[in-house]
Order: sequence, then structure tokens, then C-alpha cells
Amino acid sequence: MAAAAAGTGGQALGRSSFSRAASSQTASSSSTASGVKLGPNGAAFVSSGIPDLDRILGGGFLLGSVVMVMEDSDAPHHLLLLRNFMAQGVVHKQPLLFAGPMKEPRAFLGALPAPVASSKEDARQRAIGPGATSDGRASDEGLRIAWQYRKYFGEEKTSHAQHRDNKQEFSNDFDLRKPLERHLLNAQHIECLSTQDVDNLSDLQDRCSTFLSKLPRKDGGTLNAGQIAIQSLCAPQCGYFGKDWDMVSFIRSLKSMVRSSNAVAVITFPYTVLSNSFCKRWQHLADTLLSIKAIPDEDKDLAKLLTGYQDMVGFLHVHKVAQTNSQVPVILEASTFSLKLRKRRSLVLERLNQAPVDGSSGPSSGSSGSCSSSVQGSQLDF
Amino acid sequence: MEESGGGDLLSEAMCSGARVVVVEDCVEAPAAFVLHLLLKRALAGGGGAALLALAQPFFHYDRVLRKMGCNLSMHRKSGRLHFFDLQAFPGATRGGSIADSLAQLYLAVQRVVDANRTEGNAARFTVMIDDISLLEVAACGSANDVLDFLHYCVTLTSEMQNCSLVVLIHEDIYSSEDGVELLLPLRYIADLVIKAAPLSTGLAADVHGQLSVVNKGMLSEQRPAKGQKVWNFHFKVKENGADFFYPGSRH
Repeated sequence: MAAAAAGTGGQALGRSSFSRAASSQTASSSSTASGVKLGPNGAAFVSSGIPDLDRILGGGFLLGSVVMVMEDSDAPHHLLLLRNFMAQGVVHKQPLLFAGPMKEPRAFLGALPAPVASSKEDARQRAIGPGATSDGRASDEGLRIAWQYRKYFGEEKTSHAQHRDNKQEFSNDFDLRKPLERHLLNAQHIECLSTQDVDNLSDLQDRCSTFLSKLPRKDGGTLNAGQIAIQSLCAPQCGYFGKDWDMVSFIRSLKSMVRSSNAVAVITFPYTVLSNSFCKRWQHLADTLLSIKAIPDEDKDLAKLLTGYQDMVGFLHVHKVAQTNSQVPVILEASTFSLKLRKRRSLVLERLNQAPVDGSSGPSSGSSGSCSSSVQGSQLDF
Repeated sequence: MEESGGGDLLSEAMCSGARVVVVEDCVEAPAAFVLHLLLKRALAGGGGAALLALAQPFFHYDRVLRKMGCNLSMHRKSGRLHFFDLQAFPGATRGGSIADSLAQLYLAVQRVVDANRTEGNAARFTVMIDDISLLEVAACGSANDVLDFLHYCVTLTSEMQNCSLVVLIHEDIYSSEDGVELLLPLRYIADLVIKAAPLSTGLAADVHGQLSVVNKGMLSEQRPAKGQKVWNFHFKVKENGADFFYPGSRH
């Protein structure tokens, strides 16, 4: 009797564990849908909002790392990176903490770009079916043909709709000319904080720690990632400007907090206002270090040297790439990329390509721009 | 003495009697891997170590060293590795001055070293600081307090027969005029300086940078086998260690 009861109990247990497995599977799929991608070596990534940058960094921004962007002193190109990153998080419905040196930091959210294919539209299309959507899409957006082709390929090729969707949704292309929908911004768990005229960093630090305490690190559990975006941390209009040691120790404590939570912190800073030694300290504290440089409008020499110069808005340099559980540094094939606006709306990163110098050195056009000596070498070969 | 994969050229270059080892690196060529190698070597053969970790949490060292064949969790459990998690240092003792916190930290280190001494084993003991620049940040820029702490640690190592101190410092922070007050004294007290630098031609896939090893304590009994003072060679970091080789001798 007891054995039978135990047997049925076991059966019930088995069934319940089966159903729980199913539910956990859906949970995990929804968690990946919320913008976390698992990589090798136990790494988990969130998207930077620029698909090319994700690819370059080997999957995206590493969860638990601090990403620092060195700003260009003349142009606000770092905002492109920051906006795309934040918009991607908002689209994924991830909690977000934004701090910037402005009176109304919430107003900055109004400048976030909208995804070219927002996930909601995607879901609606899937519900209606491909045939019906093709009509509807074609009527209202005739211009995005290339994007639509890719979509059809996906739908014809595979029936694993879930997989494809996850892949597509991990990083979106963003249309810089279209603002993000209001309801997304209001419905979110978004905190904003002004760093202008604030005398010390303790408030920001407290906000960060309460924010991060809601996102404990769990290995293998449901992943809910958070984002911290801090714009121009050491800008002169901040009240704590000049307190170099406070800022460095803030970054240090932020780094250790982020390390033990499911979040990514992106900090942009105008490095030219820092002294040399502090600038190096900041760079050492970064897990992933990027720098961005605008290019002057009419630099004739550069225009001659590089192909596609007209579309470029700046250069992105990758100094350091975050690594989990490894001591081997990531060596990229090229560390400088050109930042371009495709069709004046979405950001793409490309390897630098040197323009052919003249007819005889044609083959050298494909070589990367960072080593100009290789061009000379190939000229000598001829 | 050194195991294979532990870096032949590096161990050849390091004189065995070095008390204070200073590892210098920069943004382009991080030298954390040298610390990992030295930590593995310190724990090999029954030695003990105290790791003052300001840069990384324990699981990072654990996972990295595990790939190199050294189980830190086990060493920690058996009491041979004393791990000080100082990521939040000085943390709770915010009320007191930084000098007090550093004094307490020193006392903790001293207790560990003394315990090792009274156990009567003649094995080596290594105190490792990763890294001293962050200790300076924790001290809010008071380099004097950090130097005091360092001085105490150096005295501690000189009291004991087989004790050494390994310090990582980011050299490029102190390259400008305004921040030399920590680097120069550290170089002065060092018996051995290991400096990592990037290649001038930029990073390559098979050469990650170059190391220069300078033996300063050139007493006769400390003289390395070949009696060389300065060594220069290239390195490539791998998951299970590092390769060291002379320029151009690789292929």
C-alpha cells in the first residue's frame, strides 16, 4: 500500500517535474527573448544595440562588465552608441538606470531611436501569417526591401520560428530618425538621475547599488539583465568635477557591484578633461574600452585614402574587450572601424578599406587601413 | 623546480632569491597572467600564499588558475591560500581613517604569515597584491599610507627566510609628472622588476607583447644561472600558461 502510494507519488512527481521542465523551457526561451545571449565559457551577453558591434566584440556587451567609451572632444558621437544601447534595453524591457549631466535626464529618453523592425510588429506579423503581412508591409513601408528579403528567407527556410526570432530579436537595427514609442518608455522600469550640479557621487552610488541589488547574479537561472548608462561621468558641469579620487573610487565600487550582478554598465567620459594619469586609471578600470572619434567634414587626404568616406561619421577604436574566466586577451583582426550611417538611419561598423592608389596597386584595395606599410609592400611586389 | 608550461624563460630570468618582485604593466599589455603564473608557482611544492585581491573576485582567479592546473578552492580550503577579498575595501570601516583600515589589513596579513611561520615549515610563502594602484584608489590617493603599508609588508618578508612579496602596478598611470610618488619607491625596493609592454608594431595574434626582466638584487648567491641582469623576450598568453620566447625564434 505504502509502496503503491510511493509509486503514485513518484509518478506524480515525475509528471510534475516533466511539466516543470516544460515550463522552465518556456521561461528560458522568454529570458533569451528578453535580450540575453549565452556565449562560450559561461558568458552571457546583452546587445549593444549595434549588430556590427556585437559581432566585433564576440557577442555583445558581457554581463557583469563595465564598458567605457572615450568621447570625442568635439562631437557628440558617443551619444549614438549610448542611445542605441539604451534603446535596445528598452525594447527588451530590461530595467535601466540612466544618469547624465543635464537638468532633465528623462528628456534624453525622448531621443532614443526606434527599432527598424520592432519586436511588437514582428509578433503581430507572426500571428497574422506571412501572406497577409506581405501585403500590409508592402503597402506601408515600400522602401525596406532588403530587410524584407531577409525576413522572407528566414520564414521560408526554417520552421523553427522560435530560434529565428530569438536571433533576430537579440539585436535590432535602429532608425536614428524615428523616436522610440512613448508607451515603451513609460511602461518601463526606467530610472533617471541628473549628475548636473550634484556635489558628490554618493547619491549615484546608492542608486546604482539599490538598482543592482534587484538583479542578483544567478548561474543558469532565469536571466533578467539590467543596464546602467552613465553619460559624461566626468563632465565639467557636474558638481563633483575635479574630485578625481571620488570618481575613480566610484567606478571601482561600481565595477565590483556590477561584477556580482546581472547587469552591464556603460560609461562615457570626456577623457580630455582628465589628467593623463587619471585617464589611464579610468582605462585600467574598464572591462571593455572603446573610443570614438569624429572625422572632420572635409579632410581631403582621408577622403583619398579611404573608400566610402562620404558615408562615414566617425571611427570606433576597440582598445580592450572584456573576458570571462580567462587570462588570454582578445586580439581582434582590426581594432579601428569606421562608423557609418546606412541610408542615413541605421548605424553600421565596417573595417577600413583603403582606396586603390592607382591602377597598378589594385589588389591592395582590400587590405586593412591600419597598416599602410602593407600597401607599400605590395607596390614593391609589382 | 619549475614545471613545464610554467614559463622556462621567465623562471630562468628570475633569480631565486628575489624578495620583492614588482610586475609592471599598461593598458595595452596587461600582466595579470604573470601574477597567475607566480601564484601557481608559489602554491606548487607545498608553498603558501596570501592574495590581496582588489581587482577581481575569487571565482575569477579560481577559474583562470584551474585551467592552468592549480585548484585554488582546494588550496584555500586546506589553508595554504589565504584570499583577501578587498574589492569593497575599506567598505564597512568607513568611519575610521584609511590608515587604520590599512593597519588592520596589515595585521591580518601578519597573522597569516606568522601562523605559517609557527607551523615550522620551511616552505616558501608569497604575499601578492593585485594591484597596488587600486589600493591607492581605496586610500583616496593617499600614497603615503599605501607606501607605509608596502614598507610594513617588505619588512615582514625580510623577517622570514622564504617569504616574498609580489606587487602588480600599472606603470602607465605613473608615467606623467604628477603621479610618480608610488612607482619610484616601488622600483627602488624591488629586487626584480618584470615589465610587460606591447609590441611597438601593435598586437599580433601570436605575440601578445614583450617582457623585460631586470634583476636588481645582484648579490652573488642570488645571481641567476647565466648571471644576466636584463632579459628581454616576447610572450604569448595561453589558457594554460604562457609561452616565452626570444624575438624571432618562434617560427
